[in-house]
Amino acid sequence: MNRLQGVLAAGGFAVTAEIGPPKGADPTRLRRYAERLRECTDAQNLTDNQTAIVRLSSLAACVHVLAAGGEPVLQVTCRDRNRIAIQSDLLGAYSLGVQNVLCLSGDHQSFGNHPTAKNVYDIDSIQLLGMVRRMRDEGCFLCGEEMKAPPRFFIGAAANPFADPLEFRAKRLAKKIAAGADFIQTQAVFDLERFRTWMAMVRDIGLDEQTAILAGVIPPKSARALRFMAQVPGMAVPKELLRRMESASDQQEEGKRICSELMEELRSVPGVRGLHIMAVMWEDVVPELVERAGLLPRPWQAASFSGRETG
Amino acid sequence: MIVADRKPLAEILTLVRHAGRILLVGCQECVTVCLAGGEREVAELSLILRLARAQGRAQVDGPLEVITATVHRQCDDEFLAPLADQVANVDCVVSMSCGVGVQHMAAYFPHTWVVPALNTRFAGATIKQGLWEERCSLCGDCQLYRTGGICPITRCAKSLLNGPCGGSQEGHCEISADIPCAWQQIYDHLRTMGKLELIEEIVCVKDWSRARDGGLRRSVREDVS
Ligand code: SF4
Ligand code: SF4
Repeated sequence: MNRLQGVLAAGGFAVTAEIGPPKGADPTRLRRYAERLRECTDAQNLTDNQTAIVRLSSLAACVHVLAAGGEPVLQVTCRDRNRIAIQSDLLGAYSLGVQNVLCLSGDHQSFGNHPTAKNVYDIDSIQLLGMVRRMRDEGCFLCGEEMKAPPRFFIGAAANPFADPLEFRAKRLAKKIAAGADFIQTQAVFDLERFRTWMAMVRDIGLDEQTAILAGVIPPKSARALRFMAQVPGMAVPKELLRRMESASDQQEEGKRICSELMEELRSVPGVRGLHIMAVMWEDVVPELVERAGLLPRPWQAASFSGRETG
Repeated sequence: MIVADRKPLAEILTLVRHAGRILLVGCQECVTVCLAGGEREVAELSLILRLARAQGRAQVDGPLEVITATVHRQCDDEFLAPLADQVANVDCVVSMSCGVGVQHMAAYFPHTWVVPALNTRFAGATIKQGLWEERCSLCGDCQLYRTGGICPITRCAKSLLNGPCGGSQEGHCEISADIPCAWQQIYDHLRTMGKLELIEEIVCVKDWSRARDGGLRRSVREDVS
């Protein structure tokens, strides 16, 4: 039962959420989040040492999510592992029941808590996509050697409409699709205008029909959190939003409201096939956001739903 | 050229702490151009070392005698041979060349302790007076024909081969506002040249066996060896 792929294949509107694995070996909170998110989202992304800060591994976190009844998306970056380690982890993940993977370049290690580390970047995110697809569709390793029981992943990639050069961003998405991206999760949208411009470029070359684009959102928990996000490379936060958060008497409530409004707007952008909610350090808010958006119950909760098997 | 800069004085003093007499050797090639290990830097370091030891700032007793020399090229036997007499009379050789020169010196004088005074940084070029920047990672399989003469392996912080990551904004790399995004530079240049189609192609995984990852590299020319 692959819920995410099933929802998208049936033409439904997908909802995914991100869970940050803990900075320690206790999975209690992770499991609790997974239990809360499993009913209101189709799949849950487990980040891979996001911002280069060491955390419990994405693969292990995926297994906790599975145990909690969720549907994990294994995030894989090219920063820390070479082609040998990544292929090995992919086989391991699939053998444990993980069916979705998100292929990323990864944040540079200079952002994290081990800035003196050596990075790997043996392959890049587009080459990673091609590698996962080759494993699935051709049943062989990157080197061309055949394998028994290839992993049949539903393959995702990220896209950032807010990064430069804007004119190349749709082309880069085209490369990711050509390399194997079945679905796309975008960087968090705050700047709707820029997102719409990018989507228009994407639709112009028909990419929205070749992959399923899930627009990313982040509910800002406070004005401070939003201000911080505005500084993160690759993010764009309009000044009005910052002012709105700053002048709100109840910032948490305002953050939810902003996020709900964005979700509403994004749903009406042609070509958007779902939402990806990244409630960093605030995973508890996700059920409420999905509920407010009227996206419950999820399609696969209906008795008649027949999500396609990928295993 | 190879770009290097001098190690901190405290580190060099530690490296020579057991020596009473050293030979400090510069090189007239790259490290002269990048103002790290030419004749002038040799004279300067010689003076600083002697002063530091004389003033007792080096946590070792006793003065340091420094003999200096600057050779045409430290990575060639022919230029090391004339140093033999001087090398025989010192406790330690301090090389102010790049890591290649240091190793060549250590191999040429196998009974002498040779230490580096420089940190060898990168293969790069002079951008302007006093500024050198990395240009090549010596990957063994040059890709510059795809990217309009801008090396993504070296100049992109993630060595990406298929275009800019999601951290590229306003022309700079996600790691610092001071560092240009190589892929923005590549994009701009290819656009000017009317060759943007080059970055629409998917570039396959790289063969790193031709880079350092493949083990010690050698270049052989049968016709001249
Ligand atoms: S592609 Fe390789 S050889 Fe060419 S400049 Fe870059 S690192 Fe050097
Ligand atoms: S911002 Fe540009 S130079 Fe920096 S890692 Fe990304 S693509 Fe490479």
